[in-house]
Amino acid sequence: MAEQAQAADSGPRPIVPFLKLQPKPHLMGSKCGNCGLVLLDTSRVACSRCGATEGFKPLALSDKGKVYVFSVVHQSFPGIKTPYITAIVDLPEGVSVRSNIIGIDAEDAQKNPKQLFDLPVEMITNVVAKDREGHDVVAFAFKPSKK
Amino acid sequence: MQNVYVLGTGMIKFGRYPTKTVPELGGEAAILALKDAGVGIKDVEMFACGNLYQSNAMVGQRILQQIGQTGIPVVNVSNACATGSTAFREAFLAIASGMYEVTMAVGVEQMGKAGLLGGGGGAGGDPAYATEGRLGSGLMPAVFGQAGIEHMRKYGTKMEHFAKISVKSHQHATKNPFSQYRNEVTLDDVLNARMISYPNTLYMCCPTGDGAAAAILVSENKLKQLAGGRKRPRVAAAILTSDPWTDRTASLPDVSTLTRRASKQAYAAAGLGPKDIALTELHDCFATAELVHYENLGLCGDGEAGAFIDSGGGKHPGLGGHDPVNVSGGLLSKGHPLGATGVANICEVVWHLTQDERAKDRQVPNAKAGQAHVIGLGSACTIHVLTI
Ligand SMILES: [Zn+2]
Repeated sequence: MAEQAQAADSGPRPIVPFLKLQPKPHLMGSKCGNCGLVLLDTSRVACSRCGATEGFKPLALSDKGKVYVFSVVHQSFPGIKTPYITAIVDLPEGVSVRSNIIGIDAEDAQKNPKQLFDLPVEMITNVVAKDREGHDVVAFAFKPSKK
Repeated sequence: MQNVYVLGTGMIKFGRYPTKTVPELGGEAAILALKDAGVGIKDVEMFACGNLYQSNAMVGQRILQQIGQTGIPVVNVSNACATGSTAFREAFLAIASGMYEVTMAVGVEQMGKAGLLGGGGGAGGDPAYATEGRLGSGLMPAVFGQAGIEHMRKYGTKMEHFAKISVKSHQHATKNPFSQYRNEVTLDDVLNARMISYPNTLYMCCPTGDGAAAAILVSENKLKQLAGGRKRPRVAAAILTSDPWTDRTASLPDVSTLTRRASKQAYAAAGLGPKDIALTELHDCFATAELVHYENLGLCGDGEAGAFIDSGGGKHPGLGGHDPVNVSGGLLSKGHPLGATGVANICEVVWHLTQDERAKDRQVPNAKAGQAHVIGLGSACTIHVLTI
């Protein structure tokens, strides 16, 4: 038991609280019990849209979505490889998420931006860093869905 | 509400002042505005100071320590890029409410070479949890790049349209001695410049720099006493909005809805429409931002920004254009010292309405009304309409 707890403690950690790694990686939202708005947060004080304070329910979000808009980032912080594609991905639950897009050449995306609009994508996860306590830090990204 | 007028304005040339302090830069602009108004610091009853990078360090009081510690109430304002314009609005409200008759607004910033990328950070200070570049980009160039891409997606806007805005702003800046950059660029220069965040190339992004601007506001009663027969512009609208809930705003700040709401309120308060506005200073932190704001401010219809640009829209009438936008050179050329920007935009509008010497080489003819628009990402929007 103690060993198991220790094993879990040394396991990977999600980069943000709304990314859950178990049982398989997925994003977690909160759904407003009053107006039905889905927000990309695991806890809420009240609803951004209607102001309701009660009745939020956790909602596991789909790992598939569509690209709304994007940009190609050529200048970033040290350690971030450029160019890369940043995008807003619409999920079927009505919530949007900001993410890197992988599996598409960034220069090609600039030459032919239309290919990304409404492109079906699916979520993957990747280890992006090790934290100070030695845990792997896991981020998510989206890649074009298999046909 | 009582009427509020701008009695005097002052600004220092935007640029780099590494040997000066923030209170010195702000103090210089304040003194210029006081002299322009023909009053002294002892006449000022309330002071609103806008500054972002030292927002925890009592910049307003430190300016008074430079120019005169009269003991008046000081409000230090921080509201992202709308910091200076929000400070101006506080100084406006102080008079409009009937509480004061002479107030001062100063916007000041010293950015050094910090750049628009800003800080990184992560949970608990462990950089392993920093999301920038790993969960997309929340930095300004990417956010405003996507605002341009959204327009491209909806209306088929071309890269050249964004680039033409940069060419125009640089052309305007050659006539403005207060501008940080005063060089012309060609369409090819803009298109072939280093890409920062698609579709914005280097020349489609505002530079970083230092600067300060100030304004002295007065009631109608004080105007009669102090103006000495000079006609001074009235603040016909002083609007501030925050970001309302819209569908994707949590992941991509919606700068358009924010501006549209402010614009509607501003035109209603001033009793004017877009056709009555002789000049617009709008928040062109990126060329893509300027393009979407043409529509957001009603200078053209939805989806018409590309055609507006192609017909000379936004360009100074002296250069064959119409509906001039950012004749100062805009943030793209004049510069964008965050806290100073919103007050400097108002200075520019005032100078055209009063045919001030400081705008003589770029004077917009027959300017009876102008507007100054600012966005602070996160988000805040101010629009001030001035009339004479
Ligand atoms: Zn709700």
